[in-house]
Amino acid sequence: MRHASLVIALSASLVALATLALAFEVEERGYFPGRADEGPQLRLIGTAELRVFAPLIESFQDIHPDIAIDYTTASSAEIFRALITERVPFDLAISSAMDLQLKLANDGFARGYSSEETARLPSWARWRDQVFGFTSEPAVVVISPQHFEGLALPRSRHELVALLREHPERFSGAVGTYDVRESGLGYLFATQEARNSDTFWRLAEVFGRLDVKLYCCSGQMIDDIANGELAMAYNVLGSYAEKHVDPESELQIIRLEDYRNVMLRTALIPTTAQDPSRAGLFLDHLLRSGNAEDFTGPRILPPLRDPVMRDTSDFGPIRLGPALLVYLDALNREAFLETWSNSVEQP
Amino acid sequence: MSETVRARGSISRRLTLQLAVIAAFLALLSWGMVRSFSQQAAEQTQDNILAASATAIAEELRSEAGRIRLEIPYAAFSMLGAINEERVFYRVLSDGVTLTGYDDLPVEQGARINGGVAFDTLPYRGDDVRVAMVQRTVFASERAVRVIVAVAQTRNAVDAISARISRAAALVSVAFFVLAAVLSFWAARVSLRPLTAITQIVSRRGASDLRPFETTAPQEIAPLLTALNRFMERLSSSLDRSEDFIAEAAHRVRTPLTTVRTQAEIALHSVTKSENKEILRRVIRAVDESSRSAGQLLDHAMVSFRTDKLTRSDVDLAELLADVINTLRPTAEMKDIRICTELPSLRIKGDAILLQNALHNVLDNAIKYSPAESAITITLESRGAEAGIRVCDQGRGVDGADIGTLTQRFRRGGNVGNVVGSGLGLTIADEVVQAHGGRLELANAQNGPGTCVTLLLSLR
Repeated sequence: MRHASLVIALSASLVALATLALAFEVEERGYFPGRADEGPQLRLIGTAELRVFAPLIESFQDIHPDIAIDYTTASSAEIFRALITERVPFDLAISSAMDLQLKLANDGFARGYSSEETARLPSWARWRDQVFGFTSEPAVVVISPQHFEGLALPRSRHELVALLREHPERFSGAVGTYDVRESGLGYLFATQEARNSDTFWRLAEVFGRLDVKLYCCSGQMIDDIANGELAMAYNVLGSYAEKHVDPESELQIIRLEDYRNVMLRTALIPTTAQDPSRAGLFLDHLLRSGNAEDFTGPRILPPLRDPVMRDTSDFGPIRLGPALLVYLDALNREAFLETWSNSVEQP
Repeated sequence: MSETVRARGSISRRLTLQLAVIAAFLALLSWGMVRSFSQQAAEQTQDNILAASATAIAEELRSEAGRIRLEIPYAAFSMLGAINEERVFYRVLSDGVTLTGYDDLPVEQGARINGGVAFDTLPYRGDDVRVAMVQRTVFASERAVRVIVAVAQTRNAVDAISARISRAAALVSVAFFVLAAVLSFWAARVSLRPLTAITQIVSRRGASDLRPFETTAPQEIAPLLTALNRFMERLSSSLDRSEDFIAEAAHRVRTPLTTVRTQAEIALHSVTKSENKEILRRVIRAVDESSRSAGQLLDHAMVSFRTDKLTRSDVDLAELLADVINTLRPTAEMKDIRICTELPSLRIKGDAILLQNALHNVLDNAIKYSPAESAITITLESRGAEAGIRVCDQGRGVDGADIGTLTQRFRRGGNVGNVVGSGLGLTIADEVVQAHGGRLELANAQNGPGTCVTLLLSLR
């Protein structure tokens, strides 16, 4: 029944999309009607794909069936633009780009919120009672095992660089990673890695020589691995790789041991929110999904304190703080992208 | 006496209040100081870290192909995020043109920041921000370019810290004040304790006890006691002198009067003319009156002296009364006055001479105001804890209005007529009775004319 209504909503929202003519780029949009026709409605915008995020919305509506949810998927940069430039009245912004979320809050576009749930968050998972993390998602390498037949799987970036250098014929055109110029999350991962690991630029160099394929999103990279176009995708969200791929396709996730980025998916209530108190309800639901032991809904995304991760990794998540503003600085970004482009796009 | 010194204010209260006001002032002062220090400390901390951040950015400035290049170091902002969760803004200007950062962040471009670091507090994006500005000169294409790096942070944490410290300091100050107020109250009480002790010593003194105080006192109170002692000494000697004077005067008057009376009596017998006899009789009566007054003045002086230094011995009132009656019986018989007595044995502690004097005066009065051929009734009885001596005559009685005043010195009733008297008799009796802790009651006889004087004396 829920699916039927979702389909209706999707087709309805396509019409709505056409009429709204939003200036920012919308990837998809889903409408989840409430029990009543004229009931309250929350407008959410997020980077997570609708199929990933829908179960969370549905479990929220199990508790608050009156509230209709209008969910828009957009890239993190588009979310930033929608909120700062367009001032679109979204009630909640959920993004994987921690730096842009932090900049939104820093520049005064986020509303403060506090509740029992926010108080239970560890201090590293929130900033100023405005930005709240509810997942911690590591960046991983996803490979298609058939391309690696007869090869030892790399455990570190050193080994990966060596492997790629030794087998250019096998990996040429078969390696994918984020186009950091387009993807906010890709840029965040790349800058953090450049800061933390000395092999990043060497790896970028190798990628360039192998004619790397650049993607906007994790989903597409995983799809291309699944259909055999790619041998390896670098810096993919582990959560996507685990949860949202077809279990029958042969994929393998490699967690490099030398360094691993861990991203916090964060939510904030924009100052343009029209229903901040209900947005708070949804925010609390998100936080419970990521932080509460007794959360009964589906765990679609890895929780804040993932027991699996804790065993294998000493790397804390990327720190929420003003340091994230550094790579958003226009000069820094320009310099970074220039170096990156020179490495990755070799003639 | 007690109405002339009205209690106004209290040293203890005033002292407590003054100390409490001082304590309150000090508490307020310390609170203010802690507050301002904590504010300064918090601001200083923020200033230091902002300066470090701005300097770190300025260090990264370089020129490349005639262009100013800058890569903001990660540490510049991560150090800001390490101590608090303030919003961070920054702006880099080269020759007044924004190179990067928030181009609406107000940056002072004067000469003030030449060399060092300049700070400013100003409103920005709905918050007060603290800005640190550093200036550096970079050479690009052989041209000196002045670059200003400004890093700003909101001040919520500073305000929160100083508010927290200020609250804590306020609590401490209030506690300090309460403690100080309690201690002031205690200190005031303790330091006034000697005064209370001396007040008790003074008020315990008997009415006519003029001996000097012999006690130790704090140096602030000792002069008061010394002055009091000197005053009492002067008073005592002045009293003594005046009593002496009166006694001396009375004595000196009485002796020649006796001579005058004797001579007048002789003259009375020797003259024959009736008008001369009458004149001499009048002389004798006047002399009698004066002599009697002088006698009573002497008595009074004696009574005053003895009541000051009352000696108490065993006295049989019946015996004493009998003596007095015997002394006065001739006078009574001259007027054919009968004296009826009812004298059971009753003993008290007292000064026999004083009591005799008092009774003598009372009986003398009774005889004096009794008409001829009347009776005077004297009864002695025990009334509970008191011995009552009642002397009733059949004379003219006293006016109701006079009853309260008749025991005052030289005060006589309104109906004394031609009876000789000084007005001291009842005064003496009253003083003696009071010195013995008793009282004198004056009333008209219940049946028929006459006055009853009752002396009530404690049996113990």
